[in-house]
Amino acid sequence: MSQYSEKVMEHFMNPKNVGEIPDADGIGTVGNPVCGDLMTFYIKISSDGKTIEDVKYKTFGCGAAIAVSSMVSEMAKGKTIDEVLKFTREMVAENLGGLPPQKMHCSNLGVDALHKAIEDYLTKKKIHPLLCKCPFCDKDLPCAEIMECEKCEKQITKCPYCGKLVEFKETCSNCGKKIR
Amino acid sequence: MKKIYLDYAATTPVDPRVKDFIQPYFFEIFGNSQSIHSIGQESFKAIEQSRKFISEVLNCHPEEIIFTSGGTESNNTAIKGIYFANRKRGGKHIITTTIEHHAVLEPVKFIVENFKEEGARVTYVPVNKNGIVEIEKIFESISDDTILISVMHANNEIGTIQPIKEIADRLKIVNEERKKQNKPKIYFHTDAVQTFGHLKIDLKEINVDLLSASGHKFYAPKGIGFLYIRKTTEIEPLLHGGGHEFNKRSSTLNLSGIMGIYKATQIAYEQLEEENKKIKLLRDKLLDGILKKVPDVIINGSLENRLVNNLNISVVGVESESLLIALDGENICVSSGSACSSGSLEPSHVLAALGLDPVLARGSIRFTLGRFTKEEDIDYVLDVFPKIVEKIRKISPLY
Repeated sequence: MSQYSEKVMEHFMNPKNVGEIPDADGIGTVGNPVCGDLMTFYIKISSDGKTIEDVKYKTFGCGAAIAVSSMVSEMAKGKTIDEVLKFTREMVAENLGGLPPQKMHCSNLGVDALHKAIEDYLTKKKIHPLLCKCPFCDKDLPCAEIMECEKCEKQITKCPYCGKLVEFKETCSNCGKKIR
Repeated sequence: MKKIYLDYAATTPVDPRVKDFIQPYFFEIFGNSQSIHSIGQESFKAIEQSRKFISEVLNCHPEEIIFTSGGTESNNTAIKGIYFANRKRGGKHIITTTIEHHAVLEPVKFIVENFKEEGARVTYVPVNKNGIVEIEKIFESISDDTILISVMHANNEIGTIQPIKEIADRLKIVNEERKKQNKPKIYFHTDAVQTFGHLKIDLKEINVDLLSASGHKFYAPKGIGFLYIRKTTEIEPLLHGGGHEFNKRSSTLNLSGIMGIYKATQIAYEQLEEENKKIKLLRDKLLDGILKKVPDVIINGSLENRLVNNLNISVVGVESESLLIALDGENICVSSGSACSSGSLEPSHVLAALGLDPVLARGSIRFTLGRFTKEEDIDYVLDVFPKIVEKIRKISPLY
């Protein structure tokens, strides 16, 4: 179908890393099968707790959702947690040679699911080795989906589109995309 | 590689015999049928020949057929035309079903939203789980200000054939009663876009006031259709102008289209039973093969009262867009019940009306066969389809 790039079709027709990891270190699910796509990512972390050794996923959704899952799994395999946490939806879309605009929102969930799996791993291990900095006062905050900076009395989040730490409002102050 | 087209309910190719037949109607014969001179009259005669033939197969009068641009225009003309011609006489209420095509639902919605203040309102009658409208509920919803009932002849997604004769017969009795009480007549419209050219319709037997048909669903070109309007039925036209089509639809007549729908109707009626028999055999082969080879498949809609070319199934654990694209990758062109538009997935309102689980509705796929479907096409689909389903199910967290 012409609405998809060649790269999307390539990943859709031959998706990489499909499956589940029975003894996964972290599992993350995002989406909703009724009105969108559903993705579950499984990760295996190296013994030193730094590298993503293996990634697998299961996805219910359109061609774009399957291609996104496959691309994200390839991008993440062998990378450090720090590197993977910097992934954004836009990086995934770019690596896929672009996605139709209507698919950016409902199908480009791979990064979110992967980040959720990492969060799950970190929560289980009760470690928060990652510190995020408040973009206003530079104070270290434990990384989370939404972080409270008590000093600035602001909620901070990582924009899923541009990856910048910004105040959690309707739109990202950096790229202007709707984040709430 | 050759493409296998199993989306005849979306549109059909123009039959080569139709294509040949209309060739002279672009250059050799081209006149404006309103012109008095011989070149115009030549077109006029051709158009009237087409109108006469269509009225004969429907068993109605030629003046009761007006040519339109297709199904959407016919439905809009019927619904808005009846409402606007009768609103001053107290007709405010429209009854239709939950499974109509958007070309019926949207004009009804337009009227209700824009004429709310004067009392415009609509009742959507549900269907049972087999996809057949609940007749009792139609007649329960009738009130003094009811002006129009619109029920499709067959559904475009699941192919279920609606009991329009029964509705028309019962409505006749209701209307006789209303006449005695000086209440406005209730008009009956049927959207026969999926049936005209596929099922025989006798308007002396099926007592409808308005019937919509479209050429490109039965091998005529796109952009031509007609609306049957029973004599004495007043409608307000959508298009005002030179007074064409008995003052019901102004616009210079689409000569080549009208000759196309003429020839397509002729061919359809010559081979209707025979063709339906052949298509049904292939459809049943496809259905049996899928049920045999693919586990956890649900048939949507009744198999009994159904167009012979339609198969609509839900594949458990699979989302239809991915299935569609994978099939397209193997040169099989089919359609799904749901369409992904403007960022939001809209599950099919027809499958929702059947009460189908919304996740299953997202896994629906429609095969519609036609005149040029061959047995080897079905064999190929039966070879490829199970493999694709298996592949997508391996990725699915829901299977």
